[in-house]
Amino acid sequence: MSTPTIDIHRIATLSRLKLTDAEADQYASQLGKILDYVNVLEKHDLSGVEPSAHARPVFDVWREDVAMPSFSCEEALANAPRKSGDQFMIGKVVE
Amino acid sequence: MPKYIVTIGLEVHAQLNTKSKMFCTCAVGYGGEPNTQTCPVCLGLPGALPVLNLGAIEKTVLTGLMLNCRTPEISKWDRKNYFYPDMPKNYQTTQMDLPLCLGGGVPLYDFAYPKDAQKSIANPGKVVNLTRIHLEEDVGKSTHHDKFTTLDFNRAGTPLMEIVSEPELDSAEEVVAYLNSLRQILIYGGVGDADMEKGQMRADVNISVRPEGQKELGTKIELKNINSMSAIRRAIKAETERQIDVLEGRHPTDRVLIQSTRRWDDDLGETTLMRSKEDAHDYRYFPCPDLIPVQTAPIIERMKPLRPELPHEKCARFEADFGLTPYDANVLASEQALASYFEQAVSAAPHVTGKKLANWIINELLGRLNEAGHGIADCTLPAGSLGELVELVETGKISNNQGKEVFAEMYTNGGKAADIVKAKGFEQVSDTGALEAIVDQIIAGAAEKVAEVKGGNEKALNWFTGQAMKLSGGKANPKLVTEIVRKKVLG
Repeated sequence: MSTPTIDIHRIATLSRLKLTDAEADQYASQLGKILDYVNVLEKHDLSGVEPSAHARPVFDVWREDVAMPSFSCEEALANAPRKSGDQFMIGKVVE
Repeated sequence: MPKYIVTIGLEVHAQLNTKSKMFCTCAVGYGGEPNTQTCPVCLGLPGALPVLNLGAIEKTVLTGLMLNCRTPEISKWDRKNYFYPDMPKNYQTTQMDLPLCLGGGVPLYDFAYPKDAQKSIANPGKVVNLTRIHLEEDVGKSTHHDKFTTLDFNRAGTPLMEIVSEPELDSAEEVVAYLNSLRQILIYGGVGDADMEKGQMRADVNISVRPEGQKELGTKIELKNINSMSAIRRAIKAETERQIDVLEGRHPTDRVLIQSTRRWDDDLGETTLMRSKEDAHDYRYFPCPDLIPVQTAPIIERMKPLRPELPHEKCARFEADFGLTPYDANVLASEQALASYFEQAVSAAPHVTGKKLANWIINELLGRLNEAGHGIADCTLPAGSLGELVELVETGKISNNQGKEVFAEMYTNGGKAADIVKAKGFEQVSDTGALEAIVDQIIAGAAEKVAEVKGGNEKALNWFTGQAMKLSGGKANPKLVTEIVRKKVLG
């Protein structure tokens, strides 16, 4: 099984990362190794193993539908780089 | 020009009316001061861990039971990655391959169609199949200003069902019927208020057209940003026309249909391109490691007894058990509270047909409530009292017109029908002896009228009844008087 080629620039774009050429090479080779390992995993015969939805066989961790106090507006905005009145402020979004 | 077939699929987002958010304990609510319902989880602060809201899971399972969905044994949550500032974590926690509900369908109720389309329903009794319903979180609210955008995260994390239909809707009218029927069912189940004007229910519309005779569907185009029931109809009509114009080669600017997402502008009355398939998001779904899967079987068992009788089931029962017309049944079943009002009134009026009671409720009661802009929830007249009043009318104790007067009094000032009847002196004389004496007196002075009746003029009987009513000061029971006159004159 050959390692699929990785379009490192597309992945960087999706992740909003700006990579130098050196970084791109470095990450491409690292991600390649991870995919190689997936190839190793795929060689195992799992025909008798039930698919699982989580790494651990634990289920039903939840809470009852009860509301508790929230942050005040000041607390919510405490770390905001920019704010406008009682709201977070960011650059103009166009879509 | 060939005929074109329109095919529509819907993705409806419906907020659940839980007390708290999907993954944290912040209160859910519309209209709070900005950024007063947030915490580290729904603000996406580093290190914050989500916990599932069982109430939201239960309400989604109940929705699935109402819409005949199946539920996988195990259900889990996944991360859908994208960058948009109304989602502070940069991913939305949603469900990909193991949603809470699969399959099922939404019945299109006749009275859910737009009023002007109810007389010409193309597919009566149609059920639109669903692909799935998954449970995810709503995003925050962004407000766009000239030079910047502001964000309020109160809504972020509100439990949100995404209800996905198969591409099976044939017209804008069916879409309206689908949304109204779905809304009615969600309200019946008590899972959400689904008010489009408040953003509690939102719809993305996938729409394509193809020439008649072509099997495969045309190019799928998604419409976003549709905020009201009337806008949805306008948007579908405009986009359908645009697509046909393009296919016919007479669109001023667009040459081909491309798979894309378009935004509806209700002011301009047209759709504009948001993004094409090439720019389609790559969401890179993966299982959310912070959330634990749920086993659904015990939840389904707990929810089964809570599945309400649905609007169409109630209508069928009202028609069968009370002889109501489909119209009356639909009006009464349009709201659970109204339906139970009707049933309570019926049980207080053992000698009255359901049809008669339906008339009183629909014409008199709803008439007055609507006039005042009120709903059945605002009604102060107890159902039992109305039932007693109609019982008095139908058993001949008071006349229909007197009944309406009593109704007006009860509606405004309350009180028991029997007491108001007494106070107004409406009680009809049903004492046969007293009525016979009155009738004898009339017959004695009206030889001509007696001859007319004997000569076969049945209508002349009414004259006797009228005289008896006059003599008794309106208190004689007209049905009894007519019987007595008939007996005495015709023998």
